[in-house]
Amino acid sequence: MKVPVSWLREFVDIPAELTGRDVAALLLGVGFEVESVDTVGDVSGALVVGRVASFEELEGLKKPIRFCQVEVGAAHGHEDTPGIRGIICGARNFAQGDLVVVALPGTTLPGDFTIATRKTYGRISDGMMCSGREIGISDEQDGIIILPEGSATPGDDAFPILGLGDEVLDIAVTPDRGYAMSIRGMAREVAIARGIEFVDPGTHLAVLPEASGSAAQAASDDQSACDLLVLRTLSNFDPTAQSPDYIKSRLAAVGVRSISLAVDVTNYVMFELGQPLHAFDADKVTGTIRARRAIDGEKLETLDHVERVLTSDDLVIADDKQALSLAGTMGGAFSEISDATTRVVLEAAHFDSVVIARQSRRHKLSSESSRRLERGVDRMLAPVASARAAELLIAHGGATYEGTTGVESGATETVIEFDPAKPGVVAGREYDPQIVRSTLLAVGCEIADASTPWKVRVPSWRPDLVLPIDLVEEVIRIDGYDKVPTSLPTAPAGHGLTAQQKLMRRIGVHLAGRGLSEVRNYPFVGVADFDALQLPANATRRHAVRLANALSDEQPLMRTTLLPGLLGALGRNVSRGFGDSAIYEIASVSLLAPEQSATGVTNPPRPAVSARPSAQQLLELEALLPDQPQYVAVALTGARVSIVPGDKSVPVTWRDAIEVALTLAAEIGVTLNVSAADVAPWHPGRCAQLAIGNDVIGYAGELAPRVLENLGLPKRTVALELDLTELMHAANVVPTAPRVWTFPVAKEDIALVVPINVAASQVMEAVRVGAGELLEDIRLFDVYEGAQVPEGYKSLAFALRFRAADRTLSADEVAASRQAGVDSAAKACGAVLR
Amino acid sequence: MSAPNKSFDPVEVSTLAPEYLAERVSEAIAAITAAQSLDELKEVRLAHTGDRSPLALANREIGALPPAAKAEAGKRMGEARGSVNQALAARTADLEVARDAALLLEEAVDVTTVSSTPLQGGRHPLTTIQEQISDVFIALGYSVAEGPEVESEWFNFDALNIAPDHPARTMQDTFFIGSENSGLVLRTHTSPVQIRSMLTRTPPIYVICPGRVFRTDELDATHSPVFHQVEALVIDKGITMADLKGTLNHFAQAMFGAGIVTRLRPSYFPFTEPSAEVDLQCFVCRGNSIDNPAEPCRTCRSEGWIEWGGCGMVNPKVLIACGIDPDEYSGFAFGMGLERTLMFRHGITDMRDMVEGDVRFTRAFGLGI
Repeated sequence: MKVPVSWLREFVDIPAELTGRDVAALLLGVGFEVESVDTVGDVSGALVVGRVASFEELEGLKKPIRFCQVEVGAAHGHEDTPGIRGIICGARNFAQGDLVVVALPGTTLPGDFTIATRKTYGRISDGMMCSGREIGISDEQDGIIILPEGSATPGDDAFPILGLGDEVLDIAVTPDRGYAMSIRGMAREVAIARGIEFVDPGTHLAVLPEASGSAAQAASDDQSACDLLVLRTLSNFDPTAQSPDYIKSRLAAVGVRSISLAVDVTNYVMFELGQPLHAFDADKVTGTIRARRAIDGEKLETLDHVERVLTSDDLVIADDKQALSLAGTMGGAFSEISDATTRVVLEAAHFDSVVIARQSRRHKLSSESSRRLERGVDRMLAPVASARAAELLIAHGGATYEGTTGVESGATETVIEFDPAKPGVVAGREYDPQIVRSTLLAVGCEIADASTPWKVRVPSWRPDLVLPIDLVEEVIRIDGYDKVPTSLPTAPAGHGLTAQQKLMRRIGVHLAGRGLSEVRNYPFVGVADFDALQLPANATRRHAVRLANALSDEQPLMRTTLLPGLLGALGRNVSRGFGDSAIYEIASVSLLAPEQSATGVTNPPRPAVSARPSAQQLLELEALLPDQPQYVAVALTGARVSIVPGDKSVPVTWRDAIEVALTLAAEIGVTLNVSAADVAPWHPGRCAQLAIGNDVIGYAGELAPRVLENLGLPKRTVALELDLTELMHAANVVPTAPRVWTFPVAKEDIALVVPINVAASQVMEAVRVGAGELLEDIRLFDVYEGAQVPEGYKSLAFALRFRAADRTLSADEVAASRQAGVDSAAKACGAVLR
Repeated sequence: MSAPNKSFDPVEVSTLAPEYLAERVSEAIAAITAAQSLDELKEVRLAHTGDRSPLALANREIGALPPAAKAEAGKRMGEARGSVNQALAARTADLEVARDAALLLEEAVDVTTVSSTPLQGGRHPLTTIQEQISDVFIALGYSVAEGPEVESEWFNFDALNIAPDHPARTMQDTFFIGSENSGLVLRTHTSPVQIRSMLTRTPPIYVICPGRVFRTDELDATHSPVFHQVEALVIDKGITMADLKGTLNHFAQAMFGAGIVTRLRPSYFPFTEPSAEVDLQCFVCRGNSIDNPAEPCRTCRSEGWIEWGGCGMVNPKVLIACGIDPDEYSGFAFGMGLERTLMFRHGITDMRDMVEGDVRFTRAFGLGI
């Protein structure tokens, strides 16, 4: 909301020495953030009122030019011609005797244009007669500014007349403070901040002439949506009458275009008092003007020339024949004020804020009017504002007052029972009841304080004050938040992070310690992302939560896998010159159950907020949500990072992806079972399925060549993705310490030849089982396929370590254990000792 | 034995004569001193102390001496061999020192050939600042609370006193799931975690809730549709606005240094009453840049304060919606944006750096901040 300081000064005493910045600081203290303070018209130097005493038409030029003698007052005249300056002017919209605006030499106009005395067209031009555009107050360029006859005297300072130099505050008004979207409301806040008396312009009716004719009739068919409708009818209005300059310049300052006197006045009064008003051409109206609900399918062409199809939820102002306007939101084209309008009906009403908010949203039509009404307009303001508008139309448009009609249903008033000690209880200090009292009075409350609790009647312009706590806020806010003391509350002894939260940190540190860098991607994905990963058409990962208003049509879904975002980030790193990159992400994914819809339900439960929802209601709310487990995903490409000069770079392989998963799980005490799998987007021959027992929690390996091509990633890029929530559930957070046996170790290597399709893990497990408890450790250290073993076979070399808890093992014991392992592998996998 | 065991005077055995022994010792010591390497010294040792050395041969003669002469001859021989061995040991030590020194010289490397790139990766500062903030509050006895990102509108709006047609709903540009009537949104703030905390815990409640939130802003240098907040909620008997201010100051000092304070400006949030904006005293200039053009501050743009977040006393309507009696309990809540906090704390100038996943950005922050 833009607020010219000069306008504020009309309603509240602001000492001349206070600048716009000072006013901004005052408002900040009571809760209004001033986003900027601008000065109207970037003019420095002297602009004075002049009168065209005479002019001479210069002949023989390409365009008509006048050389004018302009009276500019005794102080500003040329030294040779007291009180007069000779000025060249190309405009033709003035006559002898007109009052004009003169920029004297040395004055700088917007665009850093400094006026100088100069010789032109064979004359000395000693200043400039200005247009509105030249001094930056309007777009008017078809002629110079002509001030109304008698409105000023030559030599007067033109700055205040034109509203130049006025400071304009741009104030952020929070949605609870509808009344503050007006000069009236802000003036009250300035008065409160300054601690001075406020004379409220919103409570005094302007004195109008006697009603002289017949007024339009008013009705409200829906009193819950419109409980007050005031119509004032004016005739003999001069449709050619111009808005006075102060109205034009102030509207320009608040960001509204001047249209016509009638429209400008309704806007002016709305900004001044906060009451939206609408002016109808009375000759276009048939019968009674009423507020009513629209009929489904009813059509209305609004002022923006959009034909709107209405619903029975919409509220319109209508006559006997048709809807005339979308109530409180936008006027209709049919009854619009035109340049032939001589009879005007001013409508001022109080509408239900929810009705206006809904129809404004339904029609995507947010106007200055609807913004005020949906935040709440003073219930008592309509008659005052409409009288003020009528007064202005009579004064500036020569209108005759015909009369007023209105309908009203009983106003309700809010009386709050208020304990004056309550602000102190909330703030943590005491407030003198006299301070509490005077503060509430300044807000506009009326207080019956004969007994405690006080009975506080809140003013009609503060519908946001409903509960005692609302009054508490007023007291603490106006007294100053800086006067609230500080203390530190003592929480009960805590337990620190949960086990899961600690694991989460450990996993992050583990991965980063392995050389991986964390990335945090957006959760938005699209069908194209799933296609690029070659997910089958029926993949459950394609069943994703769909946004109604995604930022991009390409990515309207919530991720079911971290891979699209992660691989995108990997690609960015590669393209920025980091061909050897290792990154990870930990984030939640949104997984829908098969029976859950991607677009949610159509009639969700909405428990009342007047009490805690029942357990059943809470379950129903939870059932709406997708499962949102935490996942971890890793992507590696290029070479493993080496820090030794001259070391051969070692490319990352499918093996690295699996090992990252296994060591990550081992870090938190979980052993993952590895087995071959064929799952997109991995390479079908280089993909490991990772399971806890039989529960698969993810996959790792090399990505399929086609997928890498789709994503523009280097060949052999590898990745893994795990359900971290599942992994953490399996974590062994209190590991049992191993006994560290100190008897000598016995080392043995064995090479076993097995058919090529037998998994190494299977052979290893068989050896382990067979060798028994003396086998302390087994490690695969070589895999060989070639001439030394038969076609279709491979040799697996294992390093075995034997140790007993209680004795030094004899060679026979070791040999027996080793042989038992070999025998076991032979039986389980057909292994032959090489 | 080279002689029968009869009564001889040892001096009669010429090889045991003192002069003879003295000469052999002199020869040996001269050779030892002349040895220039451990290998040469080894040969000298063999020549002068080995089995065939003159001293060894002389030693054999002792056995043949009469008992009366053995002691004296033995003593003489022991002294002679002792002198040689001493010289040998000394020379060995000298030569070993010289050899070691030469070896170390030979093994010298260019120690500047190491890489300065750490093998480790890094954790994203948005992750680690959540941990750091959580730790500040853990130390005060709080718990870390969590909630879903796809959230029910009831938690995100209704229970927070944001009625269906309240302008505050349009104030926050919400991502809706499916349609505007599905009852599901991407949470627009971490405040629904407050509601979840109040519904699942029994007062006193002291929680901190960091997390990812969503609003329909396009990504640019200062906006992102996905960003992070941290929110604190306290519900207890007798909680006051003074407690809120004290907690904010404690938080500010833990994050930005001793003596840093916060300031509250009146504002409006549906879920708190009274409500306020929180400003952080500029931790760089501490206000010294205000009206001081000679020392401008880039962090606070010479305003002395940095907008940090929002806060207030929990609205009784919110307590009621969660089944907490507002006559018995009161509380406060505050929240701030983590991207914003990181930006001014670490001098990050572009929001996109936190979004794009460039490894250079992440690595700069190491394993924790």
